[in-house]
Amino acid sequence: MWKKFFFNPWTKRSLFVLCLIPAGILIWRGFTARLGANPVEFIEHATGDWTLRFLLITLGVTPLRKIFNQPQLARFRRMLGLFAFFYAVVHLMMYLTFDQMFDVKAIFADVAKRLYIMAGTAGLLLMIPLAITSTASMVRRMGPKNWQRLHRLIYFSTLAGVIHYYWLVKSDVREPLMYGAILLVLMLYRVRMWTAKKPPSATAVALRAAAAQIRETA
Amino acid sequence: MLIRKPSDIRSSEITPKNEYLNRRKFLAAGGAAVGALAFSADADAAKLSGVTKSSYTVNEKVTPMDDATHYNNYYEFGTGKEDPSHYANTLITAGWKVQVGGMVAKPKTYDLDEIMKIAPVEERVYRMRCVEAWSMVIPWDGVPLAALLKQVQPDSKAKFVAFQSMFNEKQMPKWRSAGIDLPYVEGLRLDEAMNPLALLAVGMYGEQLPNQNGAPIRLVTPWKYGFKGIKSIVKITLTDKMPPTTWNIANSREYGFYSNVNPMVDHPRWSQATERRIGELFKVKTLMFNGYGDQVASLYNGMDLKKNY
Repeated sequence: MWKKFFFNPWTKRSLFVLCLIPAGILIWRGFTARLGANPVEFIEHATGDWTLRFLLITLGVTPLRKIFNQPQLARFRRMLGLFAFFYAVVHLMMYLTFDQMFDVKAIFADVAKRLYIMAGTAGLLLMIPLAITSTASMVRRMGPKNWQRLHRLIYFSTLAGVIHYYWLVKSDVREPLMYGAILLVLMLYRVRMWTAKKPPSATAVALRAAAAQIRETA
Repeated sequence: MLIRKPSDIRSSEITPKNEYLNRRKFLAAGGAAVGALAFSADADAAKLSGVTKSSYTVNEKVTPMDDATHYNNYYEFGTGKEDPSHYANTLITAGWKVQVGGMVAKPKTYDLDEIMKIAPVEERVYRMRCVEAWSMVIPWDGVPLAALLKQVQPDSKAKFVAFQSMFNEKQMPKWRSAGIDLPYVEGLRLDEAMNPLALLAVGMYGEQLPNQNGAPIRLVTPWKYGFKGIKSIVKITLTDKMPPTTWNIANSREYGFYSNVNPMVDHPRWSQATERRIGELFKVKTLMFNGYGDQVASLYNGMDLKKNY
């Protein structure tokens, strides 16, 4: 039943539309004057939020795959990751346009002096190679092992995003800490996954059986 | 009243379009149903009468009242910018008293009517610059702080003026999420407090202060970052020691006692060189002392403003 659902092309299309809803709501708010007194800040905050959320959702795919034994969930991971990149780019564009008016000198100064902007920039830069190598042909060209290694950058990108958020808040650190906690849980799951005892390979089983036989007959 | 002819309605009774539209938004939001009722009942009472225009004005566009009353930092009512306008309706301003004392010859507890009689209530259009790097232009209605201080006669030992805000857990149910110690406290050097710019505001835009803007009485010091403008004042005390200030207590590295607007002294985490004027899309350059250098720069002669941030 689930197999049919995951392989149905309409499922992926529906997910695509779902991922666009936050952007759609922002546009609707823009047209109905519901962006508040500081619309640039509102959009920057919302797109920043959704970048972090999509990063965490993307990171949640593998744990969900394992826990519910649904490997097909991986089919949606690329789309979710790319949407994180999409919202991050919109977030960056708002900053470059309305905060800095594309003043390159001011931008470099800001990145160098403001730790929170440095963290945000790092987070976004780390996503770029991931976006570029997101296609199936890229996986083939790089080989799955190297591709896997490169895409571990998402851990650092998400961490940079949490730090970026934490460092820009004046006093109410509850939201950035909440995202940090979710990231921590997702990473702890992975650590458990990586350090768990691996089931022996077919070769190891055969060797062990042969060794046992030799001992018996000796 | 039976309305026979259009002229039976006095023009003073006609609700300004701005207010009328605000009320609809309030009702549509649903969350402030009680506030909306109070609003409609007291529409005339909210207006301030007898306010004279002062010479204090700026050549810049006044921020729309809707923005100034729905984009606030008043953490006792929530830390989101729109939280105070939704939740500050629980603040009770009836029977408000301000206790003025300390090193003064004539300590006195004032009620609002008495404060509004200290000097003619006048409208002053001031720039307001938040430490978060956004700003507004607001027409405040109030009396000079200096007039109040002259009435209570600070003695020769007094060097500072300490302020304290109202704090009541029942009226401020979100107080725990504020992230700062409460009650909110602030302070000024006595000569800063006596500067003609320092205003005790009881209204804005010709109306009584909305709760979210610090009703019923707040401080306005336009050459300093907005957080120095303590809201809902209940106590003013003359003292000889530099008084504690809430944001300095919360983070002394980032918020100092003076907190003068200064584009050359950055906040440790962000630049203060530019600001977003609410209502405009692109940031503008921040002015030294928020453009009030002529009136206040002499207060800081010889002071290192980087050290005394």
